[in-house]
Amino acid sequence: MTTAVASVFNAVLDPVNRHDPYPLLTSLRRTPVTVTADGTYVVSTFDAIAALLHDPRVSSADISDLAEKSSSGATSDLVGLPPSFLRLDPPAHDRLRRLATRPFGPPHTPHRVADLEPTLASLAGSLVAAFPPSTVDLVDQFAYPLPVQVICSLLGVPMADEPRFRAWIDEALIAVQPDRTALADLAQYLGDLVDQRLSALSGPATEPGDDLLTALATDSGPDGRMSRSELVSTAMLLLIAGHETTVNLIANSALVLLRQPVWRDRLLEEPEMVVPFVEEVLRYDPPVQMLPWRTALDDIPLAGTTIPRGASITLLLAAGNRDPEQFPEPDRFAPDRRPAQHLGFGDGIHYCFGAPLARLEAQVAIAALAPVLTRARLLEDPPEYRLSAVLRGPRHLRVALG
Amino acid sequence: MRVVVDLTKCQGYAQCAFLAPSAFQMQGEETLLYDPSPAEDAQVRRAAAACPVQAIQLDRVAAHDMPLLGVTPGVGAGRIVIVGASLAGLRAAEALREEGWSGSLTLIDDEPYGPYDRPPLSKQALGGHIRPDRTGLPHRADLDANWLLGVRALGLDLPARRVQLSDGTAVPFDRLLIATGVRARPWPVPAEGALDGMFVLRTRDDAIALQQRLLPRDGSRPGRVLVVGAGFTGSEVASTCRSLGLEVTVAEAARTPLEGALGSAIGSIAADIQREHGVDLRCGVTVERIEGDRRVRRAVLSDGEVLDVDVVVAALGGLRNVEWLEHSGLAVGPWGVACDAGCRAFDVNGVVTDDVFVAGDVARAPNALFGYQFLALEHWANAVAQAEVAAHNMVSDESDRWPHLHMPQFWSAQFGNNIKSVGVPTFADEVVIAQGSVADRRFVAAYGYKGRLTGAVAFNHAKWLPFYKRLIEQAAPFPPEFDRVDRPDDALPVPAGVPDRALLARDATVVVTGHRPTLVRSIR
Repeated sequence: MTTAVASVFNAVLDPVNRHDPYPLLTSLRRTPVTVTADGTYVVSTFDAIAALLHDPRVSSADISDLAEKSSSGATSDLVGLPPSFLRLDPPAHDRLRRLATRPFGPPHTPHRVADLEPTLASLAGSLVAAFPPSTVDLVDQFAYPLPVQVICSLLGVPMADEPRFRAWIDEALIAVQPDRTALADLAQYLGDLVDQRLSALSGPATEPGDDLLTALATDSGPDGRMSRSELVSTAMLLLIAGHETTVNLIANSALVLLRQPVWRDRLLEEPEMVVPFVEEVLRYDPPVQMLPWRTALDDIPLAGTTIPRGASITLLLAAGNRDPEQFPEPDRFAPDRRPAQHLGFGDGIHYCFGAPLARLEAQVAIAALAPVLTRARLLEDPPEYRLSAVLRGPRHLRVALG
Repeated sequence: MRVVVDLTKCQGYAQCAFLAPSAFQMQGEETLLYDPSPAEDAQVRRAAAACPVQAIQLDRVAAHDMPLLGVTPGVGAGRIVIVGASLAGLRAAEALREEGWSGSLTLIDDEPYGPYDRPPLSKQALGGHIRPDRTGLPHRADLDANWLLGVRALGLDLPARRVQLSDGTAVPFDRLLIATGVRARPWPVPAEGALDGMFVLRTRDDAIALQQRLLPRDGSRPGRVLVVGAGFTGSEVASTCRSLGLEVTVAEAARTPLEGALGSAIGSIAADIQREHGVDLRCGVTVERIEGDRRVRRAVLSDGEVLDVDVVVAALGGLRNVEWLEHSGLAVGPWGVACDAGCRAFDVNGVVTDDVFVAGDVARAPNALFGYQFLALEHWANAVAQAEVAAHNMVSDESDRWPHLHMPQFWSAQFGNNIKSVGVPTFADEVVIAQGSVADRRFVAAYGYKGRLTGAVAFNHAKWLPFYKRLIEQAAPFPPEFDRVDRPDDALPVPAGVPDRALLARDATVVVTGHRPTLVRSIR
C-alpha cells in the first residue's frame, strides 16, 4: 500500500484515462489488494477477486453503520424503495433473485431467452439495413437500439416511453451523486406501469401479457410474490442494467472488430467464432469494469494483507481479466484461448442476472454487423467514452461506410 | 455430438440451460440434468462457451476446440498400456497425448463399449429422459489408440512386463496404468440375486435393464421398488423412482441415508427429504432375504416385516476390480491398489515401482491434506485429476514428477436437490450449519476434526463451496467464528455422526484407511 498505488486507482477513475485504463490496471495488479486514500480496498488479481466473490464475509448490502464511510450510488434509500437484489445479501437476495428468475429462465421458464434468437436476428438485421450510406454511429444506431428494444419488450415497458426513461437513466448514471429526482421519476413511472398490470388483470377478461412485469405482479410460486415496492425496485434494476451494459458489450465488440479486422475476417469465414469472440470481449474489454460497494463483515486475510472488518471493497474485474497468472499474454485479444474462464459477468451468487440474454444479444448483433464492417472505417480512435468508470463503453462509435 | 459436464465444477449458474434448453435442464435451483448426446447444434456450443466455470466438454474435433498436439521427440519410444477404459483410463490416454507421448497406446476394457459416463445412469437415464446407451464420453479425435474392448485382463506378469487377457493373448508394455475401477457389489445370496427383478446399477447394461423394468410398459408399471442401501446410488435410484411415480421403500442398515459419506447429523436431513418425497424409508434395518418363484415377490426385513415388492435394487456399494492383480506382487487388497502421491504403485513390500501407475476408483494414495492417510476415492473429479497426474508422471523425468494433491469433491442430485461436498466430511467429529437454512434445504454444513475445518457440504448452495475449499486447504479453525452473510442465529456444532469403519467399508464415498499399504489386507 503506497500513495503511488492509491493514486493509480484515482487515475483509473479519472475520465481522462477512460479510453485505455489497462496499463493502469497492470500497475495496480502488482499490489493485489490496495488501499485508497478514502480507505477503500481495491482488489485487482484474478484469484483474489474470484475468492472474494465466493466469500460470505463480503456483503453486497448498503451497510452504512459498519462501513467507515457510507457508500454512494445506492439507488435504494434515495427514492424510498427497498434495495434490489444487487444490493442485498442472502437470504433476502436469494428470494428476490429466485422470484425474478421464475418468469425469465430455467427451471420455470427455460425457453424464454433461447426463443428470442429469431427476434434478435431480425431486429439486428433491420438496424443494419437502415444504416445510412455514408457514415453511421454504431452506438446510437445499432448498439443502443437493439438491447433497449429487447429489454422493453421483455419487461413490458412501452418503447414509446423510451425517450423519457432514457433521460432519467442518463441523468442518474452520469451524475457523481445519483440524481434523486431522476430516479424518483423513473420509480414513479415503473410503479404506474405495475399498477396498470394489476388493475388490468382484475378487469374484465383481458389476456395477461407475456412480459416480466405482468408475470412478477401476478405470479405465485413457492416463494410467494414480490411486494409492489420490491417489484418496482427489481424493474428499475432490470431496465437500467438490462440495456446499459449490453450497449457497451456490443459497442466494445464492434470496436475490436474495427481495430483488429483479422477477427472480422475470421467471423466471416467461421460464423460460429462469434461465440468465443464475445466471450473474449467480456474478458478483454468488459462492459462492467469493477464492482464497488462491497463491505467486509469481518477481517479477511487475502494476498498477504488483511482487509479489515467494515472496510469498503472494490473488485476490479477488468484488472483480473488481464491477470497474466490466469491468462497468458493477457493483453492479446485471442478468442481461441483455453481455458476461457473470465470475470466479465462477475462470479458467485451475484453473477450477472441477464448474462444469457446479453451473450445472445451480443452474438447475434456482432454476427449481423461483421459483414458491414468490411467497408467501414473508424472515424475517431480512440472514440469518446462514457464518463462512468464502472460501466465502460464508447459514447459514440462513428464509422465511415464506403 | 457427445457432451459431458464436470458437475464437480458446476455451480448451477444455469447459463447452459438458458441458451440450449433442449440439451440442458435445471431441476430445482441448481441441479443440472443434461443430454450427453444432443443433436449437433449451435446452441450446445453456445452453452458450452457460456459456462462460467468452463465445465462443459464437447467432442474435440475442430482445430479451435483444442490445442494442437505438440509431440516432443524422445518421449515417443515404447508401449503404454492402460487397463480400464472408463473415465480415468480415457482421461489418462488424452493427457498422455497432450503431454506429447507419440508411442503406442493401448486401452483394454472388459465392457464392449467405448468410454462412457456413469453419473447420468442413475438420474436422467434411469428416468427415461435420455437413452442409457447414449452417455459416451467426448474425447479428442486424434487419440490414435488401440482399443481392446470386451476382453478382460486376467493377470499381470510384472517380470515379463505383460498383461494376460481373457482371449488367451498377452499384451506387452513398457509402462502400465491400472484404472480398472469398481464394480457393483452383488447381492450376497446368489440364488436370490438371480431372481427376475433383482438389479444392481453400475454399468450401461445395468441401467438399460433397470430402466426397462421401471418405465411403464403397455400401460402397466411395476409395483413397489425396494432399494437396499441409501448411499448415493441408492438414494438417487429412489429419487428417480419417485419422479416416475413409483412406490419405493429404501432399507438402510445405518441410522440415516448417506451416513457413510456425510455422517448421521446431515444424513438425517437427507432422511427428511426422502420422506417428504414419499419414500418409505427404513433405517437401522437390513434385508434378511428375498423371496420369490423365479420372480421377486417379497422381501423379509430384519425387523420381521414382510414387504411385497416387484423390483429390488441392491445399492450395496462397490468392489474394487483387483482380482486380476492378486498374484502380481503389487500391494492390492479390498481397498484397491496402493500407490504413492505420484500414482506409482507399491509392491507388496511397500516399495514403490517405477513403471506401474494407478488412477481412479481403484487407486488408494496418501493425501497430504488429510494427515497422509491413504484415501480411496470413488469420485469423478478424483478420477480425472489422478489420471492427469499419472499420465504426466508416466512420461516425465524423475525431477519433474507431479504429486496428486487433490482436494476430494463430489456431488449428488436427488429429489431436486443438489448436494455437493468438498474435503472429507467423514474426517470429522463435529458439524455445524455455517450458512443458510436447513428448513429451506439451502445451506452449507462445515465439518471439523479436532478444531480444524476438514470438509463442507452444500445443499443447493454450491456457489459458496469454493470459499470453504480454500479454508480447508489452509487448515482453517473449526467451528468458523467469523461474521458472514446468512449465518444461522442458533447454529451450534453437533457430533457429525460419522460411522465406524465397518460401515465405511460398505458404502462410503471417501474412505480413510490407515497409514501403511502393507496393512491393506488386515481391514476386512
